[in-house]
Amino acid sequence: MLLIRCPYCEEERPELEFRNAGEAHIARSANITGESDDDFEKFFFIRSNPKGIIYERWRHMHGCARFFNAVRDTVTDKFIMTYKAGEPKPAKVPGVAK
Amino acid sequence: MSGAFRIPGAGRLKQAKTARFSFDGQSYAGIEGDTLASALLANGVHLVGRSFKYHRPRGFLSAGAEEPNALVEIRRDAARKTPNVRATVQELYDGLAAQSQNRWPSLAFDVGAVNDIASPLFSAGFYYKTFMWPKAAWKNLYEPKIRAAAGLGVAPDQPDPDHYSARYAHCDVLVLGGGAAGIAAALAAAETGARVILADEQAEFGGSLRFESGAGIDGQDGFAWAQAAVASLKAMDNVRVLSRSTAFGYYAQNFVGLVERVSDHLQNPGRDLPRERLWQVRARRVVLATGAIERHMVFADNDRPGIMLASAARTFLNHYGVAVGRNVGVYTANDSAYAAAIDLKKAGVNVAAIVDLRDNPTGPVIDEARALGIEINFGRAVIRAGGKLRVSSMTVQPKNGGGERIIPVDAILMSAGWTPSVHLFSQSRGKVAFNDETKRFVPGAYAQDCVSVGACNGTDGLSATIDEAYAAGAKAAKDAGAKVAKGTKPKVDASESWSRGMLGAAPGAGPNTTVKAFVDFQNDVTAKDIRQAVHEGMRSIEHVKRFTTNGMATDQGKTSNMHGLVIAAETLGKPIPQVGLTTFRAPYTPVTFGSIVGHARGPLFDPTRKTAIHPWAEAQGAVFEDVGQWKRAWYFPKAGEDIHAAVDRECVTVRKTAGLFDASTLGKIEVVGPDAAKFMELLYTNPWEKLEPGRCRYGIMLREDGFIYDDGVVGRLAPDRFHVTTTTGGAPRVMNHMEDYLQTEFPHLNVWLTSTTEQWAVIAVQGPKSRDIIAPLVAGIDMSDEALPHMSVREGRICGVPTRLFRMSFSGERGFEVNVPADYGQAVWEALWAEGQKHGATAYGTEAMHVLRAEKGYIIVGQDTDGTVTPNDAGLDWAVGKRKTDFVGIRGMARPDLVAKGRKQLVGLKTKDPKVVLEEGAQVVADPKQAVPMTMIGHVTSSYWSENCGRSIALALVADGRDRMGETLYVPMPNGTIEVEVSGMVFFDEKGERLNG
Ligand SMILES: [Zn+2]
Repeated sequence: MLLIRCPYCEEERPELEFRNAGEAHIARSANITGESDDDFEKFFFIRSNPKGIIYERWRHMHGCARFFNAVRDTVTDKFIMTYKAGEPKPAKVPGVAK
Repeated sequence: MSGAFRIPGAGRLKQAKTARFSFDGQSYAGIEGDTLASALLANGVHLVGRSFKYHRPRGFLSAGAEEPNALVEIRRDAARKTPNVRATVQELYDGLAAQSQNRWPSLAFDVGAVNDIASPLFSAGFYYKTFMWPKAAWKNLYEPKIRAAAGLGVAPDQPDPDHYSARYAHCDVLVLGGGAAGIAAALAAAETGARVILADEQAEFGGSLRFESGAGIDGQDGFAWAQAAVASLKAMDNVRVLSRSTAFGYYAQNFVGLVERVSDHLQNPGRDLPRERLWQVRARRVVLATGAIERHMVFADNDRPGIMLASAARTFLNHYGVAVGRNVGVYTANDSAYAAAIDLKKAGVNVAAIVDLRDNPTGPVIDEARALGIEINFGRAVIRAGGKLRVSSMTVQPKNGGGERIIPVDAILMSAGWTPSVHLFSQSRGKVAFNDETKRFVPGAYAQDCVSVGACNGTDGLSATIDEAYAAGAKAAKDAGAKVAKGTKPKVDASESWSRGMLGAAPGAGPNTTVKAFVDFQNDVTAKDIRQAVHEGMRSIEHVKRFTTNGMATDQGKTSNMHGLVIAAETLGKPIPQVGLTTFRAPYTPVTFGSIVGHARGPLFDPTRKTAIHPWAEAQGAVFEDVGQWKRAWYFPKAGEDIHAAVDRECVTVRKTAGLFDASTLGKIEVVGPDAAKFMELLYTNPWEKLEPGRCRYGIMLREDGFIYDDGVVGRLAPDRFHVTTTTGGAPRVMNHMEDYLQTEFPHLNVWLTSTTEQWAVIAVQGPKSRDIIAPLVAGIDMSDEALPHMSVREGRICGVPTRLFRMSFSGERGFEVNVPADYGQAVWEALWAEGQKHGATAYGTEAMHVLRAEKGYIIVGQDTDGTVTPNDAGLDWAVGKRKTDFVGIRGMARPDLVAKGRKQLVGLKTKDPKVVLEEGAQVVADPKQAVPMTMIGHVTSSYWSENCGRSIALALVADGRDRMGETLYVPMPNGTIEVEVSGMVFFDEKGERLNG
């Protein structure tokens, strides 16, 4: 069982307390009715599914109930870092060559 | 006397404590402290099982957890029958009853042994090839036969009466393996004050010190030192010592699963003890001290009972005081079998000969064996074993060919060398590395915070092991944050010599294709099978493994993997590391379902949710149905009524007078804050800003893709407060959906969300008499139609307790939903019920609720919709705010496919024969005469008998359904085609007059 650090609780807690909530940094347009079909498709349906570093959303469901973002390696399952919802995508991820 | 093969004075068991036991109905005597294996061997019993595929007679290969052959069933009583227990692990208790497996009619005469003669049929890849035989033959002939013959042991046929517990633990240093290495590491770590857990799978600590008679530490015999050291560890507050505890799985971030066998060794465990305890340990550092496992020699008929690992024979002698034969032969490719020969010889057992594949080895054990007068043959091989139910001879030949000599023996001790146990290291995702000099896979690159010490790390010799382990234990504690150690390292006084060994097939393994030289005993895989797999084109060791099933049995190839790999590598003509090792997976040894499940079974498997009114419904004889985790009253049968009669009566009574319905399971969410209305505008299709406090609205929630996600009536209690209801099953996901948008997309909105499902009991009172029933109990609310019109909500009191009183209807009748704090739910229900009795009201359940709503064409999300239905498809366009510029799903709803012609739309269906009730899920076609497969244009989503309508009614999703009003469609069923007419969705009171009736 993985340990995940909740950036709100500032604690590592067992995976059981969390739920994955899909890929992060996919913003809903403020003018969503103005989106083209292609843009809406990209926004709603297309996900990167990378081998390696992924930016994703998690929710501390059975803890503080907050949504936050995480950087995880899909090969090793390791969580590299977590940060609060709304914070920008980190420019540099520790231990990962750009 | 506990068996003719027990040697007085040998071993460590106290002769006085006799334990009676039975095997296959025959009674025997053993000693407390025995394993079932040592007790049987003390009585001269070697034949204990039949092999999986060929049903060959089998005895004990080992004295430990790696045992592939000696699997038995232990029977405590009718319910407690455990199959596939390793007799080498099962501790003896007085009264133990064991049965052999995989044989019929008896162990000595087994009809299934015909497989051995017919073995060409069962060679490598048998199952795969058989699958290619004609399909009919497979189905009728082969599969039933294989199914009947397959499997090891018999599964218990009654629920497990034992209980299993679970513990979580955290520590600084977890030491896995309690031999010399593990104990030394634990001592070093414990002396720093670090929190240490030391675990070993055996009843007693010591590992190979159990048989190594030549080990001495701190002035004591090695085993005695181990006991003293563990006793000192147990006395420390910062140390937990777990015996009989197998680390079966090593998971991410130093999370290790262990099973502690708490009571399998006890005669009368008692109900207060769990059978097993699952430990889930999170450790800052892990020290792996899992030792090494001896390999057997691969030669013809090397599976005959009486042929075993040299270390096993030593264990049986030095620990249990049992001689495994009276005239033993030894076949080896390394030094450690000499020690077995020497120990047995000294105990008075005749050693017929040592056969050593090596040409001219030298060393102290060889000198000692020679000095004891044991015949030693260098450069020779045992090319086959004689005997069937028990080995009777070994045939010896120079390893490069030549004259054969048959030596009579009643046991053969073999040793091809030692394989480091890297299972847990490999499970931790560490990468093993091949040491070409020692021909061993040892831990290479580590993936987690762990370290391997001793034999599992390829470290030879007791001194080197203790040096390494002690240093590693201290470092692990330091890395985990502990202080520097202040103890003293154990001092090794004496130790045994170590040498390498050989891998793969020995000369006695063929080329002859009829020879059975076993590599994997449990899955009956021979050297020939592995060669054949390569010849048939398998190149990767993973393919060879699956084709031959080598290493895939419950013993996970502990003795067979390396032999199999090397035979494959030789056949491929490739170096060993290029062929590679197969992946080790959890569990290390089999784990019971009970230990994984723990207490989470029966009523504790999944929580059962009951409403406040549940006891009343139960007392009334309600029949319940499961809705998610909820128990809901399904219908309330009176004497003599079946479900149909009860539901018909309930439905008619609601429309004639009134009915009471427990709607407490409805999801409820309080949306509060200055921006509550703005938030509601974004989460629902409907407009909310202009909804006046005190009024309600039916809301539809979409996902971003434009499909219906949930629905429910929402009441506005105040400008900044909404009482939202959701479907019973949808409450948690709706809450999650709302929280997600509030936290991540609309965080600028000042809104709080609170789940209040459990806080309110909800009593629906529906029917023309509903107001008459409620009004006498209500205070502070004007119940007139003018003051409390349909779709409004008021706060006041009922029966003296606070209520949120909704005027709303899911039946089409004048109706109310009375929300009261859950603790008052049953009392208010009983008061309403008493009033209702004056008017002839009924209690009704979920089935009648479904029928009543279908009569009115009200949908149920999840039944009439399936995640691909838009508001327009469901005929709910009226609930979408036309002037709104944003809400979740607004853009998705406008996607080309969602506005195209030909979408399935929700409509009513009336069967031409009103008595026929359609089946929910049945497919709808336009032309019943078309060829199969037909073009299906829709399906039935809801279907009931409506006593109020005097006919059946149904809702269906049908392509372009609203353009087909009055059209005849068809529902093909196995017993004939049913004609239906497309209709509107409202079957009763189309004008909706009864809402104020
Ligand atoms: Zn948290």
